[in-house]
Amino acid sequence: MSTSQTVIVLLRRELLLAMRRRGDVLTVLFFFVIVASLFPLGVGPDPKLLRLMGGGVVWVSALLAAMLSLGRMFASDHADGTLEQLVLTPTPPVVWITGKILAHWLVSGVPLILVAPVLGVQFGLSGEALGVLVFSLLLGTPVLSLIGAIGAALTLGLRGGGVLVSLLVLPLYIPVLIFGAGAVDGAMSGLGAEAHLSLLGGILILAFMLTPWAVSAALRISIE
Amino acid sequence: MLEGKDLACVRGERTLFTHLNFTLREGELLLVQGANGSGKTSLLRMVCGLMAPESGEVLWRGEKIGAARESYHAEMAYFGHSPAVKEDLSAFENLDFACRLAGIPVKREEVKGALGHLGLGHCLNLPAKSLSQGQRRRVALSRLLLAKARLWILDEPLTALDQAALKLVQSLLGEHLRQGGMAVLTTHQPVMIPGIAPKILDLSA
Repeated sequence: MSTSQTVIVLLRRELLLAMRRRGDVLTVLFFFVIVASLFPLGVGPDPKLLRLMGGGVVWVSALLAAMLSLGRMFASDHADGTLEQLVLTPTPPVVWITGKILAHWLVSGVPLILVAPVLGVQFGLSGEALGVLVFSLLLGTPVLSLIGAIGAALTLGLRGGGVLVSLLVLPLYIPVLIFGAGAVDGAMSGLGAEAHLSLLGGILILAFMLTPWAVSAALRISIE
Repeated sequence: MLEGKDLACVRGERTLFTHLNFTLREGELLLVQGANGSGKTSLLRMVCGLMAPESGEVLWRGEKIGAARESYHAEMAYFGHSPAVKEDLSAFENLDFACRLAGIPVKREEVKGALGHLGLGHCLNLPAKSLSQGQRRRVALSRLLLAKARLWILDEPLTALDQAALKLVQSLLGEHLRQGGMAVLTTHQPVMIPGIAPKILDLSA
């Protein structure tokens, strides 16, 4: 069977599972919305201040929401034995791992991107800044899933794995946060977002090429 | 042909077995026996490539299983402690996805037939969470019918099964072996397959 077929079958399975467990998807989405909505309550309703920090707040919330969904990426497959069966398929692990990460992004990253403009409007971002925010999330959230997969694979089956994932993964998310929030900032200040967005794109390409290999190695260790 | 050469297993500080050798040819059954904790499951995980042996090697048709990964996995089916059944999917969906992911093109009718053969014809579309442990294991076992693998590696396939299913699994094993298949099996129950004398590998010895 060709690699694309394997990825498509895996995607269909993961999306079907997500449909059957809509609660998990919605939890992440609500978390994202609530965290972002807490900031105005905390720092006060000054429109100028909120406009200034809007992009950053949405990005930090997206980061935390992505964190929240990482635990599920491999854990349930590990618990019910599906992961072993995947390892034992003739397909190279890198292929189905890429499929799993893609599915994770579709289920927990894409909804964030769709809701982000609404949050941006709450913070009074301009039309151009909203566009840049969505585009930067489009480039950045797949990186969060890719890097997060390494942490999820390394902490598989560990007690307190959730906390450990945050410690492992959050430092690696920092570049994504800097360039993502920086892009929105650039668009608002009139400096332009191109530089930040191209760097974000570069990170995405690099992560897409390298992380499946790292995840494959990490899973091998965890399964033993 | 499947060979284990000079295998050793160390878990934590404990050495479970060393210098373990076996050979399995077409039509043969290897019965791995031993007390709880003697390393049966570890041995099976080594043989299927989930775990690296401390020393020694496993050969499939004369090649190391690590080097022949793709062809080995295409010809091998593993049945582990966890049945690999997703609770949120129906019995049919579980089997269908498992086969497609393993690269086995299956038709709808074949999947239904396999489930029917293991006595699950009436719960094709029930979510697996409403199935009992024994039924879930039957779903996992029906994968063996569709996979058409040459080598079956079965870790305690008979637990949680009723009398009828025990007979059925043993007759499936017999058929598989008569067609030139191979099987490695751990179990605490007696296995009777007419016409086949199993090779016994005792890890407690």
